[in-house]
Amino acid sequence: MNAPNPKTLFEKVWTSHVVTQEPGSPAVLSIDLHLVHEVTSPQAFAGLRARGIPVRKPGRTFATVDHSIPTGDPAVPLSDPLASRQIGQMEENARWGGIRFFGMNSAQRGIVHVIGPELGLTQPGMTVVCGDSHTSTHGAFGALAFGIGTSEVEHVLATQCLLQRRPGVCEVRIEGTPGPGVTAKDIVLALLARIGVGGGTGHVFEYTGSAVGSLTMEERMTICNMSIEGGARAGMMAPDDTTFEYIAGREFSPRGADWDRAVARWRKLPTDDGAVFDMSLTLDISDLSPMITFGTNPGMGLALGAPVPAPDEVTDPGQRSALRKALEYMNLTPGQPLLGRPVNVVFIGSCTNGRISDLRLAASVLRGRKVAPTVRLLVVPGSQAVKRQAEAEGLDRVFKSAGAEWREAGCSMCIAMNGDQLSPGEYAVSTSNRNFEGRQGKGGRTFLASPLTAAASAVTGKITDVRTL
Amino acid sequence: MPGFTRFTSRVVPLLVDNVDTDQIIPARFLKVTDKLGLGENLFSDWRYNADGSARRDFVLNMPEHRGAQILLAGDNFGCGSSREHAPWALTGFGFRTVISTSFADIFANNALKNSLLPLALSGADHRDVVALLKSDPAAELTVDLSSQTLLVPGGRSMSFPIDGFAKTCLLDGVDELGYLLRFMREIEAFEKFTSRG
Repeated sequence: MNAPNPKTLFEKVWTSHVVTQEPGSPAVLSIDLHLVHEVTSPQAFAGLRARGIPVRKPGRTFATVDHSIPTGDPAVPLSDPLASRQIGQMEENARWGGIRFFGMNSAQRGIVHVIGPELGLTQPGMTVVCGDSHTSTHGAFGALAFGIGTSEVEHVLATQCLLQRRPGVCEVRIEGTPGPGVTAKDIVLALLARIGVGGGTGHVFEYTGSAVGSLTMEERMTICNMSIEGGARAGMMAPDDTTFEYIAGREFSPRGADWDRAVARWRKLPTDDGAVFDMSLTLDISDLSPMITFGTNPGMGLALGAPVPAPDEVTDPGQRSALRKALEYMNLTPGQPLLGRPVNVVFIGSCTNGRISDLRLAASVLRGRKVAPTVRLLVVPGSQAVKRQAEAEGLDRVFKSAGAEWREAGCSMCIAMNGDQLSPGEYAVSTSNRNFEGRQGKGGRTFLASPLTAAASAVTGKITDVRTL
Repeated sequence: MPGFTRFTSRVVPLLVDNVDTDQIIPARFLKVTDKLGLGENLFSDWRYNADGSARRDFVLNMPEHRGAQILLAGDNFGCGSSREHAPWALTGFGFRTVISTSFADIFANNALKNSLLPLALSGADHRDVVALLKSDPAAELTVDLSSQTLLVPGGRSMSFPIDGFAKTCLLDGVDELGYLLRFMREIEAFEKFTSRG
């Protein structure tokens, strides 16, 4: 039976956080969790200082360093003076604001979207923001989580609220059972290939359908993470027993009677039967192949065995010139298959695919095998906790004996701010989230794919379908 | 923040769809701790050769576009990251308006907080402006936010949508944090009521 006034998950979280709203103005939205990193926050703290405003709720903001930190030998001092200054400033700002800071030497540090869930900070029904577009990751827990700019970081620090227009909600129904070798990354790349990089603009995705419930939390995070690549600021999934099991017992998770009360509250969050979405689409993943991108945005993806599309066959002039420009940058010929194409670098890591399950997938391919001599393979854990777990399982030995570099946690070659980068013209298979021109280093060329495809390609030195290895 | 006034300017056409924030300002320039000076690195990878010299074939470097305050882009401008460095770089270079048919959400939010108008035209109007600039690259357009119109030579005016609150904030130079701080009493009451204190 339908609830008397059926609501979506988004609507429930949104409504319960609106403090007030003047007619014609955006809502004042209360923020539960604010995550901060070194790159998008210095100007926000400077703004607060200039106005003489303190951090209003220091207990609800957590800071770390992830974007510009080196991932090499921790004993080697930072060689980049700008990065060093930015990291120092983060530490100083956290101290000034009374904010909990997971710094360079913290055992809890890592990519902000890996540590939020890992520490139990991210919980269902919360509003979560961060000056980083991949904040959409946290929506996997049934939170409303989205990226904000630096001005908004300042607003949250000052008031613990944000001015927000209510977005629409687009249901993304995922049905079917994926075949062998097909991962969460392939599912989201297939979605992006279908809707393009602007398809979700103005909307929040809510992922529904039978396939979502059978995904692990880490798989759910991979999909929600890349919602922003479809233009949706947030992606959400209904919390269920899988969610609660993941959260239980973590450092900042509720305990005892608080836990029971929290779970009872979280169970009411899923979208009610009969609730209406503004848009809806269905993705059947039963016949899905491993996916890979060929172009210069995450929507330019195809099945691993498919040929690179030809601009002449595209009717829309805008799309045709975009495709032509992308193929020129990537130096690819239309009609060519990507399979078998040599690559120089393989990067396994990032807030998309840098969690323990991703490293296990990669290790399952690399165990007993060697990285091709022509390839540099970087394995960068998403957090120091992921690194410790991988080492406890012996995955580091699998990577090292295969010939990979086993590095410290950080964003690393996903954003190439810290010295981990491609050289001009190099090709990489990367488990990260963006293949924009120069994203992994000026002139570098990126193929986005799953940890399985990345590991298989590292072994052969060319783009490889793991199912044929 | 200064109020956004009506202005007339020549236009830089950058007719590429899905211009992402990594192109607007590559990540290696995000290690700054202030907002100034980013204009020099705007579209850096498209604008400069490997040796640092300006690429003559890139629109921003063409002498006829010097001083233009309007950037005319393709569809879905500003997709990608949340970096507010993107509007800081655009305004640092001297742009006051970007014209497209649509904007990525976070970019548009960030632009509005920095007196940069994301001006979305209908597909048909956008095509007409593109055609006009092809025939007359020196054409000047007038951006009039109060009437929400873009005036093109020959007397035609094209309307564009903008959120009412955002429009007021731009026109009056309203500081959004100042507006938000007016609700402190409601915010405190809300937190008490929902035990979010």
